[in-house]
Amino acid sequence: MKTFRLAGALAASIVLLGALLFACSDPARDEAVESVLQRGLTSDPESLDPHEMRSVQAANLLRDIGEGLLSYSATGELVAGAAAEWTISEDGLTYTFHLREDARWSNGQPVTAGHFAFSLRRLVDPATAAFYAQMLGDIVNAQDIIAGDSPPADLGVEAVDDRTLVITLVRPTPYLLSLLTYPSTFPVHPDAVAEHGDAFTRAGNLLSNGAYKLDAWEPGSVLELSRNEHYWNNAATAIDEVRYHVLTQEMTQLNRFRAGELHITGSVPPDNFAQIREEHPEELHIAPYLGVYYYGFNLTKPPFKGNPELREALSMAVDRDVLVNRITGRGEEPAYSWVPPGVDNYEPRRFIYAEQSQDERNAHARLLLREAGYGPEKPLQIELRYNTSDTEKKIALAVQSMWRDVLGVETTLVNEEFQVLLANMRDREVTQVFRSSWIGDYNDAHTFLSIMEGGNPSNMPGYKNDQYDALMQQAAEQVDPKSRRYHLEEAERVLLADHPVIPLYFYVSKHLVSPDIIGWGDNVLDYHYSQHLSLAPTAATP
Amino acid sequence: MLKYALLRLLGAIPTLLLVIVLAFLMVHAAPGGPFDDERVLSAEIEANIAAAYHLDEPLHRQFYRYFAGLLQGDLGPSYRYRDHTVSELIGTAFPISLKLGTMAMLLAVVFGVAAGSFAALRRNTLPDRSVMAFAMTGISIPVFVIAPVLVLLLAVKLQWLPAGWSGNEGAARFLLPVIALALPQVAYIARLTRASMIDVLASDFVRTARAQGLGTTAIVRYHALKPAMLPVLSYMGPAIAAILTGSVVVEEIFGIPGLGQFFVRAALNRDYTLVLGIVIFYATLVILLNLVVDILYGAIDPRIRQR
Repeated sequence: MKTFRLAGALAASIVLLGALLFACSDPARDEAVESVLQRGLTSDPESLDPHEMRSVQAANLLRDIGEGLLSYSATGELVAGAAAEWTISEDGLTYTFHLREDARWSNGQPVTAGHFAFSLRRLVDPATAAFYAQMLGDIVNAQDIIAGDSPPADLGVEAVDDRTLVITLVRPTPYLLSLLTYPSTFPVHPDAVAEHGDAFTRAGNLLSNGAYKLDAWEPGSVLELSRNEHYWNNAATAIDEVRYHVLTQEMTQLNRFRAGELHITGSVPPDNFAQIREEHPEELHIAPYLGVYYYGFNLTKPPFKGNPELREALSMAVDRDVLVNRITGRGEEPAYSWVPPGVDNYEPRRFIYAEQSQDERNAHARLLLREAGYGPEKPLQIELRYNTSDTEKKIALAVQSMWRDVLGVETTLVNEEFQVLLANMRDREVTQVFRSSWIGDYNDAHTFLSIMEGGNPSNMPGYKNDQYDALMQQAAEQVDPKSRRYHLEEAERVLLADHPVIPLYFYVSKHLVSPDIIGWGDNVLDYHYSQHLSLAPTAATP
Repeated sequence: MLKYALLRLLGAIPTLLLVIVLAFLMVHAAPGGPFDDERVLSAEIEANIAAAYHLDEPLHRQFYRYFAGLLQGDLGPSYRYRDHTVSELIGTAFPISLKLGTMAMLLAVVFGVAAGSFAALRRNTLPDRSVMAFAMTGISIPVFVIAPVLVLLLAVKLQWLPAGWSGNEGAARFLLPVIALALPQVAYIARLTRASMIDVLASDFVRTARAQGLGTTAIVRYHALKPAMLPVLSYMGPAIAAILTGSVVVEEIFGIPGLGQFFVRAALNRDYTLVLGIVIFYATLVILLNLVVDILYGAIDPRIRQR
């Protein structure tokens, strides 16, 4: 047997280590490209198939590589996309879209009305099993197709010619135009799907009709996009390449931003927020966002079933200012309504107690609790469930102590893994109070109000009020926007009076944006198309 | 030796089968499913999705389907990364974890053994105490503290090294994660080596060697080091398996697309196929590495071979 030499082994190991390190250095890439935008993304898109996607991250990616009939401007206004113009019939049921002549796929072929018709049918086809099929639920025959009772060809979507697409609805859906900006309604090229099957979203196979095309995707690491030369508005696109870095840790995004490796972060970590604000006052962008953080009541079981006074008492006793100032602290807005402020053509109703001081609310809450039959001789004991996370825990602890101090309510905190909490919320067997949230899919109050309709699958509390459902139904039948708005606002008033949920605060979007970025606009939807951005001429590519 | 290795490999098959069955049952028993979200889907859509992924079939049918695929080397599509298959994800993530882990482990062994032997030879002197104090600190400070401090210092403040993985090229992006991964291992191996070296140096055969007039260097080199390595070696089997399959914390902090990150996220997302794929992969790796360690044991210590 060979003699074991310590020095020799040491030397060999160091050489080997060096060799390994050397082997890992990839050949330097050609960095002659004019401008590269580096963006942080908090998770991988689950799919770049517009009909399979469902997450905010995937939607953000798809907004760069695809385009719907309509789109949003840099400042968040609805603008023409693949369609140059459109007309709406007087009854609000027929939409006719005229596609632009120069709409092109990344292989140079024209984007036709037939491609849109194919794609919208594909979205509702049960074989596609799309998460967002319900988005087209108001189009003629969509519900039957989703249920498998009609073939997808029956969808009320018709390509009259290559440039003209007609969509027929069963009821006026004023937010249809904003739905058509959503990536689920983006077109896919039928030939690409036919040729590559499931693999049509791979880099190299994917045909895009947006400002960028997909060059590479390393899961968990990076997605690389480059300019789509055939895009109709390519002349207006400033940035040549976009890299989306998948970084699940907000802290990592912050560090990489500080090290000059990212222009834009996908989020900002909650810890040390004050310090971040101090260090990056110009770069920090906080803006209202269409999302509500709420506690829901299980309305199908005691003690909350049929007990609105009790629910109201608990809702009033939560000092939202403490939550947003001391705990979340990133500029969130205290919530006294269900629909967030900033939604188009809508003014949220508010709780009646919103105008009172917290002391007045507390006094009133104590009265209500007594009316509900609870007090020192019969203390209320409840369970509050939340998903395991630092912020969620801090908020739950704060609410627990508020309920104890103001009302003498004993709250047991139960933290559960997110998927477990979801399952429990849906079952409504063990839940009493639970944490949840809702992010708007489109800029319309309907996206928030509809989930509280009786029987809506996302209606976690199990809320059902005939008056509410009737108002929502009436709103759906209104062609006149004013009258529709009136019905929706009335519905929210009914909802708030019933207290099925305690809205705690409205989310904000949070980004660090390098001073080198030109054209960034804060907006409630938190959409930031790369095609609207450019880099300052002096900016060194990080 | 070959016969021994083959027998051990055959013996691993039932273990692996058991792992597959248990993992399959456990992942399906966990509350919630891969497609659950705060945005609950309508019953029709849920049914469509369940049908598309065969989740509507009875569990034994699903197992049969999965196992049949497995026998042909098909780990199925990931439920969370729907544009990728499980084999693809493991195929891209594992080499990264492997490179990182190999470098970290090499660094740890070289420095750990050297520091440990050095300390043992100067037992209870200042150098010994310093090395052991360093080792104690290395073990006590968790990697989720070391890594961000390294990043803050070397990447953000001094800007010597990149702060993250993606978009950076070459060896530089390996340095920080490798150091962060290796530090606790260096410390642990140093302590193991020191303790075991002290034992060995006190044993009869070393005394004999000394009596024959051999110098300390020669004693360590020819007689003491090999037996002193045995505890380190048995520690290395599982340690290598753990480090190769990816350190979740280091991968998260540096944004490295290694296997550890995928595993944890797959479990949280109830990505059934990806969880199963990684568990099976990991189990196979552990079995193989333990076998390798056993064979190496025999090579280093003749007493074990003879038994």
